[in-house]
Amino acid sequence: MGLFAAQLITGLANAAALFLVASGLSLIFGVTRIVNFAHGSLYMLGAYFGVTLMQMLPGGFGFWGSVLLSGLIVGLIGVVIEICVLRPVYRAPELFQLVATFGVILVIQDLTLMIWGADDQIGPRAPGLKSVVRILGEPIPQYDLALIAITPFILLALWWLITKTRIGILVRAATQDRTMVGALGVNQSWLFTGVFFLGSALAGLGGAIQLPKGGADLLMDLNIISAVFVVVVIGGMGSIPGAFVASVLISVLNVFGVAYLPQSTLVLMYVVMAVVLLIRPYGLLGREEKGGEHGQVGEPDRPIRPAGLVGRSLVAALMVALALIPVFGSNFTQVLLTDIIIFCLFAASLQFMLSTGGLVSFGHAAYFGGGAYAAALLVTHAGTPMELAFLFAPFAAGLLAIIFGWFCIRLSGVYFAMLTLAFSQLVWSAAFQWYDVTGGDDGLVNIWPSEWLSGTTTYYYFTLIVGVGGIILLRHLTHTPLGYALRAGRDSDRQAEATGINVKLVQWTGFAVAGALAGLAGGLFVFSKGSIFPNELEIAKSFDALIVVFLGGVKTLSGGVVGAAFMDGVRDWLTRLEYWRLILGLLIIAVVIIAPNGIVGSLRKGAERLGFYRGEFSE
Amino acid sequence: MLEVSGLNSFYGKAHILNDLSFTVGRGEVVALLGRNGAGKTTTMKSIMQLVHPKSGAVTFEGKDIAGYSAHRVARMGIGYVPEERRIFTDLTILENLEVGRQKPREDAPVWTVDALFEIFPNLSERRNNRGKAMSGGEQQMLTIARTLMGNPKLLLLDEPSEGIAPVIVEQMAKTILRFKREGLTVVISEQNLHFAGIVADRAIIIESGVKKFDGSFSELEKSPEIRDAYLSV
Repeated sequence: MGLFAAQLITGLANAAALFLVASGLSLIFGVTRIVNFAHGSLYMLGAYFGVTLMQMLPGGFGFWGSVLLSGLIVGLIGVVIEICVLRPVYRAPELFQLVATFGVILVIQDLTLMIWGADDQIGPRAPGLKSVVRILGEPIPQYDLALIAITPFILLALWWLITKTRIGILVRAATQDRTMVGALGVNQSWLFTGVFFLGSALAGLGGAIQLPKGGADLLMDLNIISAVFVVVVIGGMGSIPGAFVASVLISVLNVFGVAYLPQSTLVLMYVVMAVVLLIRPYGLLGREEKGGEHGQVGEPDRPIRPAGLVGRSLVAALMVALALIPVFGSNFTQVLLTDIIIFCLFAASLQFMLSTGGLVSFGHAAYFGGGAYAAALLVTHAGTPMELAFLFAPFAAGLLAIIFGWFCIRLSGVYFAMLTLAFSQLVWSAAFQWYDVTGGDDGLVNIWPSEWLSGTTTYYYFTLIVGVGGIILLRHLTHTPLGYALRAGRDSDRQAEATGINVKLVQWTGFAVAGALAGLAGGLFVFSKGSIFPNELEIAKSFDALIVVFLGGVKTLSGGVVGAAFMDGVRDWLTRLEYWRLILGLLIIAVVIIAPNGIVGSLRKGAERLGFYRGEFSE
Repeated sequence: MLEVSGLNSFYGKAHILNDLSFTVGRGEVVALLGRNGAGKTTTMKSIMQLVHPKSGAVTFEGKDIAGYSAHRVARMGIGYVPEERRIFTDLTILENLEVGRQKPREDAPVWTVDALFEIFPNLSERRNNRGKAMSGGEQQMLTIARTLMGNPKLLLLDEPSEGIAPVIVEQMAKTILRFKREGLTVVISEQNLHFAGIVADRAIIIESGVKKFDGSFSELEKSPEIRDAYLSV
């Protein structure tokens, strides 16, 4: 009984920081419709500023003053981010904004490393709240009790601000229809900036207030962000009370999970989220997202056409060049190119889903890693021959996509993205924690190809044939009735439905195809490396794919492939630099703002301007 | 007060307004007439700068406001009542009015919540209800009241009679005439010629974004061929 109570109290205390961060994210999303991936970074900054300030300001007043001051500073940093990075992209499609916030994550990562160094910072304890009290015989830190006492006041203050003040009324009105609020004379820009300040300040407060419990380290940004997303999605995007309820739920669940189901703590949170979304697709206290709000903005898309003669000849020439590489290139070049082709296929499968199908998946790594793991598990546990195991990779990934897709396609927009993320985390945590089967962190090793395929050059040719074949298949599918139906559903699901297309079925099929081909890439990957580890299933892997698709150009067919080739090519060089994240982050932000068409789109626009390439709509 | 000259507006590649020019004098009520798709709403939005015209000028009280952001236009004293109403359904009626509130202006009628509730008694009864379960007429009243909270000098009413019960339309006509008496300048877009004839001093007819007629209703009466060609009566 005592232990139970103690765990409940710990859970409730943990909810404080989570709620602060989640309410900030929710608030920002509600008004600006931007899913701020960098929100965890703001939380991290709050913690670091808190540590520094607490060292300078002594005593109880210094501690709490530092917490508030950290919130204020982070709020101002949020304002800088809003004005410099987000203002230019408010009118751009959702994905652009997401990618811009990825860029911010990388920049803040390296700036924090530069300023505070790589060592973890120990959080100072709160003066006057350093000891423990005994409740039912269990020791409970006083600070936990203080957090439990403070949280309701924060909720109350936010509730008052949102429901009773003019600012709150404007914020709620803008959440529903920001254009109309503007037409009534409210300066949206400042409203957005204000909301961003408040949301960021809340994240900063969260980071500083948890210092006595957790300290500050460089991993806390990505560690909290998935929990925060789960909370916001369970509570309902844009709902502050929802964020509160869900924070408490998730925090308590985590504490009990660690105690009673240590094997599945990581999965638990995502299982709860999936269940909630199935019962209430827009979260516990969320509202239905209106259709059309997140649709394409700006110029109509250029119609996608099969490659012309010039395009085909160029590709053929490239293929010949690639086929000749082993004759001239070194072993290293072949290994690098094998990696690049695999990554290209993976990115192309996401591109198919994302730009042809309009399905923005945040968890595409699940199918890449899923396929790789499926093959590796067969080899490890059943001694299956490589050929069969390799064929099983796309099959298993496709099956996984069919199962997950059935749940995901019932949602749309941000909720769809979040559910795909949740499922990928589910797969990741299974690989990470189910030690007996998957080897956990140690991964699965000794997964080598058969005799006739071994050797760098042979495997390079194998990858070239399978990888290019997969990419051509995806391209071809775009020009089949399936591709047409996917594009119709992407552009207007209602009109597509009205013309007799079963949009959900088509999207489900597209999801499965993209999953299977990601699995094919995973199969190629595992036999090229001879091993597989859980990090191939991480969020970062899914984000990598999103970023390259974006860099290459979302609205083009070859964007994913070009972006992946570019990225894998420069990564080798880039990661040798000490602050490569900073450079990459700034590059991503610059691309979002300056060249939103990506590499392929920009090249094509440039070629059009010079008269080399005639666009459908050129004037 | 308002002068639109040589306005060209596009939606993507579609050319909606074609060299449209007209003026509205202070205290005038002008009806913008034309069929569905003639460009009435785009004209309204181009004045409000919700659609930025590609060329041409929108001069309000001597200042070219083309290219301004919508909130600046609203702050200068142009109030816009959209056709699709766009009330904030999650907010109460009182909160909806609060969103529209702006400081009083010297040269425009000043409105208070109480004065608006007197004009629209239906709203007063439900002041703390959310905008969800309102009839079309009540929604229209709320949108107009919300815009008047900004104390505009010029009111743009986009198809106020659309989708409203005939009894309410009559009431709406009286309300607009009252606005005129208070000194408000109004541009109203309409398909209902009868309704427009009651409230407006002058008619402007557009077709495919081109002005086809600009004159009094009695002149329009005398030229039935214009009416038959450009209005669906």
